[in-house]
Amino acid sequence: MNIIFILIPLGLMLLIAAVWAFFWAIRNGQFDDLDSPAWRILLDDDRRPPGVDEER
Amino acid sequence: MNQDVCLHCRAPVPASAERHVVIDGHRRPVCCDACETAARTIIDKGLADFYRFRNSPPAPAPGGQTAANPDPHFERWTGYDRPALQKEFVVANDDGTQTAHLLVHGVRCAACSWLIERGIAAIDGVVSIAVNPVTTRADIQWDPTRIRLSQILGQIAQLGFTPFPHTEDTVERFAADERRRSLKRLIVAGLGMMQISTYAVALYAGAFQGMDPAIEHFLRLVSLLVATPIVLYSGAPFFKGAWRDLRVRSPGMDVPVALAIGAAYAASVWNTLIGHGEVYFDSATMFVFFLSAARHLEMTGRHRVLGLTDAFSRHLPRIATRLVDGEPREVGVMELAPGDLVLVYPGQTFPADGCLEGGDAHVDEALLTGESEPVLKKAGECVVAGSINQRTAATFRVVRIGADTALAQISQLMTAAQLEKPPVVQLANRVASRFVTGVLLAAVIVGAVWWNLDADRAFQVVLALLVVTCPCALALATPAAFTVATSVLARRGFLVRRSGALEELNRVTDVLFDKTGTLTDRHVMLRRTVIFGPVDETRALQIAAALESRSEHPIAGAFSSIAVDQEPGQVTVVPGEGLQGTVGGRNYRIGTPDFVARLSASPVPPSNEVPGTGRYICLGDQDAPIAGFELAEAVRPGAARVIETLARRGIKTMIASGDREAAVRAFADRLGIDVYHAELKPADKLSLVRRLQDAGLTVAMVGDGINDSPVLAGANVSIAMGSGTSLAQYSADCVMFGENLETLTDAFGIARRTMRVIRQNLVWAVLYNIVALPLAATGFLAPWMAAIGMSTSSLLVTANALRLSRLPESAVTSEGDGASQTTSSVEQAV
Repeated sequence: MNIIFILIPLGLMLLIAAVWAFFWAIRNGQFDDLDSPAWRILLDDDRRPPGVDEER
Repeated sequence: MNQDVCLHCRAPVPASAERHVVIDGHRRPVCCDACETAARTIIDKGLADFYRFRNSPPAPAPGGQTAANPDPHFERWTGYDRPALQKEFVVANDDGTQTAHLLVHGVRCAACSWLIERGIAAIDGVVSIAVNPVTTRADIQWDPTRIRLSQILGQIAQLGFTPFPHTEDTVERFAADERRRSLKRLIVAGLGMMQISTYAVALYAGAFQGMDPAIEHFLRLVSLLVATPIVLYSGAPFFKGAWRDLRVRSPGMDVPVALAIGAAYAASVWNTLIGHGEVYFDSATMFVFFLSAARHLEMTGRHRVLGLTDAFSRHLPRIATRLVDGEPREVGVMELAPGDLVLVYPGQTFPADGCLEGGDAHVDEALLTGESEPVLKKAGECVVAGSINQRTAATFRVVRIGADTALAQISQLMTAAQLEKPPVVQLANRVASRFVTGVLLAAVIVGAVWWNLDADRAFQVVLALLVVTCPCALALATPAAFTVATSVLARRGFLVRRSGALEELNRVTDVLFDKTGTLTDRHVMLRRTVIFGPVDETRALQIAAALESRSEHPIAGAFSSIAVDQEPGQVTVVPGEGLQGTVGGRNYRIGTPDFVARLSASPVPPSNEVPGTGRYICLGDQDAPIAGFELAEAVRPGAARVIETLARRGIKTMIASGDREAAVRAFADRLGIDVYHAELKPADKLSLVRRLQDAGLTVAMVGDGINDSPVLAGANVSIAMGSGTSLAQYSADCVMFGENLETLTDAFGIARRTMRVIRQNLVWAVLYNIVALPLAATGFLAPWMAAIGMSTSSLLVTANALRLSRLPESAVTSEGDGASQTTSSVEQAV
């Protein structure tokens, strides 16, 4: 069972990495707008503008 | 479908309408030039999905494009290219690009923000754009060597939205910092709590199955290591709050929380170091995490509301077009002074309060009244800063700027009202404080009892007891409910100046209405003139017009079309009676027959000899009465429905007017009001209110802010009809903007819901604590169960209070509902 003396510190390092990653994301404004991303997926980004004048 | 609606703004369009756009092969009607331009731009850019996914129509597209003026958008925004102005809201990036912070008026949902993002990102030279649909804030990054900011702003305007430069104020920066800090604390607590839980599971298992003491000690040490930042960093706000409470000697809800976290942590550290005894790292961190989550939610709700309130002061432009000798010149809004003549293009916002000159204008006053339907303002009428000019360019003369504008006054009044604690909240705070003191006492007693019964468990039981009690319904949720309710009302054009007014509004049994300007709209017309003496009609009208030119009463509007050739002197206003002043050296009075008769001490022909049922006023001098005027008044929109709704809710309505009996009776009949009082002076109105109050009734008075001020002050709750000017003089508890009287029923409805939510929370709090406290005291609850119970209860009451911000559409705006439903089904088909 002595392996846990290595594994737990390793786990702690992962924890620190995760917390650091979150802090980085918060600092960069990733969490500032939590409302529009949910909608954005519904709206197509790849529709091309229709050709010329559509009035015929 | 009987009637078509505009594709863009969903306004009804006559079936014979000429204008249309083609979307996915279907012809769809549009209502006007502006909407046609916006819709065409949107479709041409391939963004027609906007019409499928939006859940509310945008404001009618501002500004019209005519053939003579094909693309005026770009030049209008060139003022924003000036470096001195850009300093306020543009930052230069390291790579040579620039970033501007904007607020976009007209963004109502995520589809709007998507539309702007897609439309603008496609422009050559724009590096990135992000639009937040909740705060309506847009951050745009562009390459200044390839495009100018004014061109981007022009494009946004062409899509049908109005951009404003956005300078972050301190409140907002503080809110953003708070949000980020709170999120960091939450994440530290969440991740750490999960780690500690895994160690705790191992330790619990070890306690039953046996565990190598070295490993057990190691696990406890690691738990200590992880728990320390959680308690000291994530738990810091609780300790700070508790310390603040103790210093002012009014224990709030942070005191037992901090005590529980601190005690659990300290005992666990001690037991870890000496090597035996229980550790509670898991309970302590779980408690910190759940409570932080509840506080984070409460904060999110608070910030949402903050955004709504702040909208008032923010939607003002930074540049204006001043006319100097007829030449338009761009200046900063700060450089404007009262008396300046300012040109406002269609789609732009009035930068200051003032009076229209030269021509009429269609004005969107949504910021003030909550009604997005444009209002027609005639030359000479007042416009307020923040309203948007639609259709044609308008010229106006500045009267008030900056902090003196109605908009600035409103936001000051709102801030003041929200700082003031209404009686219910004060009571809730006192009760919460006693409750916490009681809990602390109970903890001591229960601890002492358990010490004698089972000393080993005493600590656990006390911990659970401290954790489980929840005064959140009192301390957190009640103030939140009030803040949310006042903000929601303000957005609908109902300003609550005294926060206790909401509570009173819910208890009102009788509503007293003034007639002119309250139940009738502001446009009073002169219907008939009756001459009593030798002075002819033209002269009589001129004298009347001269006197009335100095009055703010709605009646003055009836005479505003008559040219005044003599300036009146020494005009004094006698509230509820009339005006007195000199014209051409002679002393005159205009007003109620009584008032005029007193000047000459000769009787005025009684009102029933003058035909008609309109409002009746007289003009006279020292010698004799000169003329009588019959005025026609139109019923204010929504008035009949308000009376009906109030009656359905069991609230009695009555009219108290200074007008003659016949006019008031005719009016009361038209609206279905049974009780009316005519020919009242302000003092009579006040004594009427007093009589009703003596009979045990709670009276609300709805009237004119200035002329009815004594009555308003005497009523239990008073509502003034605001015209956007001289706000500060009003003595009313609430001020109502906008033409539609139905805002009043909204206010009654929201007041009722607010009090209901507060009652629900209190009932829940009582039930929860009655059940939870004995369970914890008798040792049935482990500390971690108590942590979950308290956090759930806290989340529940906070969420319930915040529910008020999601009220259904107001009665005023729901009129078009039928139409918009038909559109959405059509749009699904598109």
